Amino acid sequence: MTTSPSSPASGPYLDVKDLRVRFSTEDGVVRAVDGVSFQLERGKTLGIVGESGSGKSVTSMSIMGLHNPKRTAMSGEIRVGGTDVLKLSEDKIRRLRGQAMAMIFQDPLSSLHPYYTIGRQIVEAYRVHHDVSKAKAQKRAIEMLDRVGIPQPQKRFEQYPHEFSGGMRQRAMIAMSLINDPDLLIADEPTTALDVTVQAQILDLLESLQKEFNSAIILITHDLGVVAQVADDVLVMYGGRAVEYGNAEQVLRAAQMPYTWGLLSSIPSVHGDSDADLVPIKGNPPSLINLPPGCSFHPRCRYAMLNGGPCDQEVPELLPVQGEVGHLVACHLPDQFRKDTYVNEIAQTGVAVVSEELA
Amino acid sequence: MTEMQNAPAGAAVAERKPAREPLLIVENLVKHFPVRGKLFRSGGAVRAVDGVDFTVAPGESLGLVGESGCGKTTTGRAVVRLLEPTGGKIVFEGRDITHLRGGALRPIRQDLQIIFQDPYSSLNPRHTVGRIVSMPLQVNGIKPPGGMRKRVQELLEIVGLNPEHYNRFPHEFSGGQRQRIGVARALALRPKLIVADEPVSALDVSIQAQIVNLLRGLQREFDLAFLFIAHDLAVVRHFSQRIAVMYLGKIVEIGDRHQIYDTPAHPYTRALLSAVPDIEVLGTARERIRLTGDVPTPLNPPSGCRFRTRCWKAQEICATKEPTLDIIGPAGQPVACHFPESGPLR
Repeated sequence: MTTSPSSPASGPYLDVKDLRVRFSTEDGVVRAVDGVSFQLERGKTLGIVGESGSGKSVTSMSIMGLHNPKRTAMSGEIRVGGTDVLKLSEDKIRRLRGQAMAMIFQDPLSSLHPYYTIGRQIVEAYRVHHDVSKAKAQKRAIEMLDRVGIPQPQKRFEQYPHEFSGGMRQRAMIAMSLINDPDLLIADEPTTALDVTVQAQILDLLESLQKEFNSAIILITHDLGVVAQVADDVLVMYGGRAVEYGNAEQVLRAAQMPYTWGLLSSIPSVHGDSDADLVPIKGNPPSLINLPPGCSFHPRCRYAMLNGGPCDQEVPELLPVQGEVGHLVACHLPDQFRKDTYVNEIAQTGVAVVSEELA
Repeated sequence: MTEMQNAPAGAAVAERKPAREPLLIVENLVKHFPVRGKLFRSGGAVRAVDGVDFTVAPGESLGLVGESGCGKTTTGRAVVRLLEPTGGKIVFEGRDITHLRGGALRPIRQDLQIIFQDPYSSLNPRHTVGRIVSMPLQVNGIKPPGGMRKRVQELLEIVGLNPEHYNRFPHEFSGGQRQRIGVARALALRPKLIVADEPVSALDVSIQAQIVNLLRGLQREFDLAFLFIAHDLAVVRHFSQRIAVMYLGKIVEIGDRHQIYDTPAHPYTRALLSAVPDIEVLGTARERIRLTGDVPTPLNPPSGCRFRTRCWKAQEICATKEPTLDIIGPAGQPVACHFPESGPLR
């Protein structure tokens, strides 16, 4: 266990500072992540929300050290339990990966090897980090399968991924990622490919496992409902940048960034007026090669340039919202205007609600 | 099952147009896919759709919801006759189209179109947008007044695309724009009914609302009827006046929006709705119904009520007697359950 980073007595377990990730392609430089910072403590869940191409998956892959350093330019700091992952050699990252931190992917079928039994794959994940006999690892794997709610774990251990249903495969993935007791678990759209009833089961499972192992979880999703259910903190990403950051109450009940507003008002609800038209965000997500100047959301923003602001020239900084601890927003609009707009316009549409504090 | 249209309902009835002759009547629709067995032995059949009845009135949207594998897509494909039904009857505008073939099907297809889920695989990458959208017109030998190009450009404009992009290829468009191309193609023949099979589930959240609004606008403008297939319950509620809930090849409950979402009677409907993560509730304080296990295999569905293996109310009768939609739930909607629930969901 000498490779496991010694967690400092204080401070967050995961500390990402000014992370920038760039890829060079034939068409130009892709700025996939452009200055993102966040912290996460053990036992807490951070929800990262954004559309495809917003940089949320690239961020998580950087934490796991999964980018090929030859083709990727990365800067900033990613401290996992005090160790800066960006400065580690591939060999050392490999020892951290799977043990201190683990990842669950969206599509369990393509992240499991079709040729090997589920059991063999889980045993391998364990033995890479633990010098134990096959029999011991096998016992541990069956325990884990049982723990994640797979019935008849003995029998399932011998089966191949194609013999599992989607929900069971995702459970097997979770068993595999948790077998080394990681302190940090990154779940990249873990339930997107699943039905709602199975999604509810998986989210419950993650929650109870988190309580048991006191792990830090990053949940990447585009589903604000899922975020509302499990996240303590929420980070909203757009065009590779963090545009809003705060606790769930702040971001989902007192949103301050027009992009978050757009998300909240474009999602239909299972309550409320079903005949009201949704208010979509106009246009399409930007290309990361050729981001719009200034605030990258301004071409789609209904409030851009309202006060002749520098929306199309200056990139807004992620700054604290007045009077709210820990709530950060990147927007040129004045604080009071944003608060009023949220309460008066946005909260009436889609799934948006006003927090009691603002009402 | 025409009587379900007259079922007493909540406030939604007022908004509905006066009852018209149904445009589409589906009676006891069955679609089985044979499974190849071992030598000299039949492997049985996947009973994907196993006796489904519903009607769609002109200008109405019927939502079809359920988990993957419940047969909703198969139902949609059988209705537009991309699949040959194993049994039952599909009547469109008073004409039985269940077993029409080849050329006889072509005029029906003019009124009956489909939009697919995946905007990437449903457009030919080697064809220009102009060719894709004009194809239905060409196949049916229709010469629109003012020329083909003008009509296609009109259609592109209707769905919110730039008519100048006539000569572009699908790869030059984003996912949402491609789905608009699919919608334009479906509209080319001025259909009366569109089967929309998960039209927004492959799109980004901010784009989904654009497409839902587009379809809603088209429905109002052209008095289009929709069979709207989706697994996202919130989107279906938003788009459809009536909703049918499917489980393992059968409709278990059918009713208007208020009946299904406010006072669901079938335990499965309740479980589905209760599993939807609700952004209006932070954290997990809410009491929720948790289904255990997975959907049983449609190769060998449970006897009696198919939901009984996961149902918390199941009793002996559920295993022996199959409930039908003749049972009327407390809120007035047909529900295939021996012990329907009453009262609001929460």
